[in-house]
Amino acid sequence: MRILIIGGGMGGTILANNLARRLTAELKSGKARITMLSASDKHMYQPGLLYLAVGRITPDELYRDQASLLEPGIEFHVDPVTEFHLDKNEVLTHGGKTHAYDILVIATGSRMVPESIPGLAENCETFYTEETALKMFKRLRDFEGGRVVITVGVPHKCPMAPLEITFMLHDYFKDRGILDKVKLHYTYPIGRTHSLENVAKWATPEFDRLGITYETLFNMKEVDGKNKILKSEEGSEVPYDLLIAIPAHRGMEVIEKNGLGQNGWIPTHRHQLNMEGRTNVFVLGDTTNLPISKAGSTAHFEADTLGENIAAMVKMGTPVRDYDGKVFCFIEAGKDRATYAMFNYQNPPDPKAPTKAVHWFKMAYNKLYWVSARGLL
Amino acid sequence: MAERRIIDARGSFCPGPLMELIAGMKMASVGDELEVLSSDKGSASDVPEWIKKVGHELLGTREENGVWHIVVKKAK
Repeated sequence: MRILIIGGGMGGTILANNLARRLTAELKSGKARITMLSASDKHMYQPGLLYLAVGRITPDELYRDQASLLEPGIEFHVDPVTEFHLDKNEVLTHGGKTHAYDILVIATGSRMVPESIPGLAENCETFYTEETALKMFKRLRDFEGGRVVITVGVPHKCPMAPLEITFMLHDYFKDRGILDKVKLHYTYPIGRTHSLENVAKWATPEFDRLGITYETLFNMKEVDGKNKILKSEEGSEVPYDLLIAIPAHRGMEVIEKNGLGQNGWIPTHRHQLNMEGRTNVFVLGDTTNLPISKAGSTAHFEADTLGENIAAMVKMGTPVRDYDGKVFCFIEAGKDRATYAMFNYQNPPDPKAPTKAVHWFKMAYNKLYWVSARGLL
Repeated sequence: MAERRIIDARGSFCPGPLMELIAGMKMASVGDELEVLSSDKGSASDVPEWIKKVGHELLGTREENGVWHIVVKKAK
């Protein structure tokens, strides 16, 4: 059974390692084979970008060599896919290789597309790549005061990022001693300060307490960089001195180019995680079209389910359980306090007040992540 | 006439039905109809509130077996 995993991010890596452990005997005997194709030889811990943007970590701390994270027995190639030929059960790569498979898992992730809003890319700071996070930190260091506007596109990965960056910015300016010269203004696309109702119930009074103003039902339409005005689809105009954006996202270009899903979101079964219309193609992580958080933990829990299922398919011909929609997200509420939201398709989250203990748990997890990526935690 | 796009946001706490609709609107063309399915009764007021504010058209809302169906049309 040839298992081909496309994507070396959190979901793909956890799945590959999970499978390699479950199928040790089958890999040895040649009954199964696990191949991973990635666009990079490095694995990035994406949640670290939040800390890079406010100068709390250095870029090298974001990365490990992908090969160092993989169990022996996994064939790993830095050779991204360019074409999917699903009817023939094969893919074609940038390097000109054809990989045939019995089971395909697509875990290619998502990317920000600030260019989708006129004037945004050239007039905002953001932190969804190493380059932009570093640029944002340098801009923050030079900022001496004024109106800082945080704006959020739909959809985006990391649902807690809008709140986290706002609280981080508050503490950053406070530590620099210029909080009294800064006006923080938060905007959000729906009618409350966060998509999760219980999180918004906690966050809104926090904003009031910290003097952070906010406007909800705000979806960016365009940025007038000359006059420094952010305009919304709903008819609002917000002046800024420094614009921090969480831009809208799409799936990877290769997914769109191959017609696998509009805007790169692949139609996926919400419990079995197979691509709609395909029994031997599975999808996990950001690139599904599921109405679920685009978060690392989502990819992690989906990978856990798929690992069990694909191993069962190899050993006894059938999957064994459903993905229940589980998501777990830390919420950093500043530089030294945090809480978390845990939920699934059936049960909403109920986050408690932020504490130092949960913040230290997150700090520990920033390091323990590498153990998760190896499929051990 | 294009088929009505169904946005099945049942069991979606995050990002939730309204954000799923906003994302779906980006992929739709002017004149397209979208139907949001939600297991959250808040959607029956959240969705129309945004539709009105942004200037799209609300075609109807109904509840069936604990699922709200809200049909909208992309007007611009």
